[in-house]
Amino acid sequence: MSAASKLGTEPSRLTRFLILSIIGLLFAVPMIALVIFTFKAGLSGGQTLDHWTGLFAPDAARTYRTLFTGIGNSLLLAVVTIGIVLVLLMPTMVLVHLQFPKLKRVLEFICIIPITVPAIVLVVGLAPVYSIVVKVLGGSIWTLAFAYGITVLPYAYRAIQSSLDAVDLTTLSEAARSLGANWLTVLWTVLLPNVRRGILAASFISVAVVLGEFTIASLLNRVNLQTALLQVYQSDPYVAAIFTLLALAFVFLLLLLIGWLGRSRRDRTTS
Amino acid sequence: MSVRGVARYAGLTPFAFYVIIFLAIPTLLAVSTGFFTEDGDFTLANIEGLFAPNILSAFASSFWVSAVTAIAGAILGALVCYAMLGTRPEGALRTVVDSISSVLAQFGGVMLAFVFIAAIGIQGLITVWLKNELGVDIYADGPWLYQVPGLLLPYLYFQVPLMVITFMPALQGLKSQWAEANATLGGTRFTYWTRIAAPVLAPSFFGSVLLLFANAFSSYATAAALISQGAQIVPLQIRAALVSETVLGRENMAGALAFGMIVVMVIVMWGYSVLQSRTSRWQR
Repeated sequence: MSAASKLGTEPSRLTRFLILSIIGLLFAVPMIALVIFTFKAGLSGGQTLDHWTGLFAPDAARTYRTLFTGIGNSLLLAVVTIGIVLVLLMPTMVLVHLQFPKLKRVLEFICIIPITVPAIVLVVGLAPVYSIVVKVLGGSIWTLAFAYGITVLPYAYRAIQSSLDAVDLTTLSEAARSLGANWLTVLWTVLLPNVRRGILAASFISVAVVLGEFTIASLLNRVNLQTALLQVYQSDPYVAAIFTLLALAFVFLLLLLIGWLGRSRRDRTTS
Repeated sequence: MSVRGVARYAGLTPFAFYVIIFLAIPTLLAVSTGFFTEDGDFTLANIEGLFAPNILSAFASSFWVSAVTAIAGAILGALVCYAMLGTRPEGALRTVVDSISSVLAQFGGVMLAFVFIAAIGIQGLITVWLKNELGVDIYADGPWLYQVPGLLLPYLYFQVPLMVITFMPALQGLKSQWAEANATLGGTRFTYWTRIAAPVLAPSFFGSVLLLFANAFSSYATAAALISQGAQIVPLQIRAALVSETVLGRENMAGALAFGMIVVMVIVMWGYSVLQSRTSRWQR
């Protein structure tokens, strides 16, 4: 028994094991049910691999066209959204951090607004905005990324800010400036490498949020992964279930990678 | 201000424009359209429409689903956080639990509906097992999974993880010196938790409850996938209003509903930030 556990501040190993396994089990059961569901042979019962192998059938591309369109659209949206985060948000954050420290609170406030103004509210006002966007830029799917850039703001902001706070950017950039580097050189060769992990984490969390987004796409009548899943679910729930599992696993690995990146950073700074 | 001074601010304009066009304008439009007719005349008819019985009952349902899942989710999530106290923050357990929590809290949406239909839907694994093995028919009282009570379990599936993410830092912030001081002064485990930890954690805990409430209140995807008939909660009312914009007397009703939601969200999130600033006093 550790000292902390003797003092009563930490649970004993048994308590920890019991709490985590009971709640873990409660969370695992529905997910396992979904896994088993993908092997179910219709309502008659029995197991089959058909739903999984069906994905590789020659005509799969045609049968699941909506789904593949949705996946393609969501991946494109994820890329454009990362672009927005990197081109619009990140340089602004660095600039505010270095030159306008007074605006820091304002920027933070702006970036967490999307938590208070949820997607279901925002979409009411986005509808008229997008009727203009479509006129100016056309109705291509990528334009939806402008809205997604807003929904990922709180997450991307937090990820980038924590890496900005971890290094002394002011000293670094003043050193570079006094050695004659211009602003862009400073940003590109001195600042970026130092906030790389924050940028990576912001990008991954943006991918996760964009791949999971349903509200805005659905109510603006766009096809993305989630709206396609719901549509396919009506006709072939097994395939929708399979892609749900794949998507969850993919995003889990992505977030595990963020955690791992954060971990190796802490290891490095403490060593 | 010199030209150079103005030029310094130029770097901020792209982001400012972006936020104005895609955040400020949509938000203002969302909350203001409810006050106008289709022709642009000022009206309070839509706001009065918020007090129609079906809308009021949607707000009531949203409130109780959010409150129940926020409180239950906060308690279960806090238990998980407690169980993880004493494990290394960089350890494998924490990293995996964090990742699972983020996936479920931020990514679930529509897919959580599929998960729960597979588990406790009418043909769900658990439903069938309970019926065949124990003779219990969980749907004896009707298909509740596809109505408001059916939202409770799926919502808990993302509320508990959100609590784990938001509450863990606060619990982690408890200083071991406090426990030592407590022990030195003859305190017990009970006095440590009731006299020291509880008052320090209270603002953070109740703040998290508010955040969870806001999260459930504004959640749309899971409900949209589960409930295809009717509009029993506010986000589904917004869907109905947006989809059937042309129904007589419902013009801009979506705006009024959005306004109603924003009022609730601003109050709840204001409470959250007040409690959060009290929390941060102890986290330095």
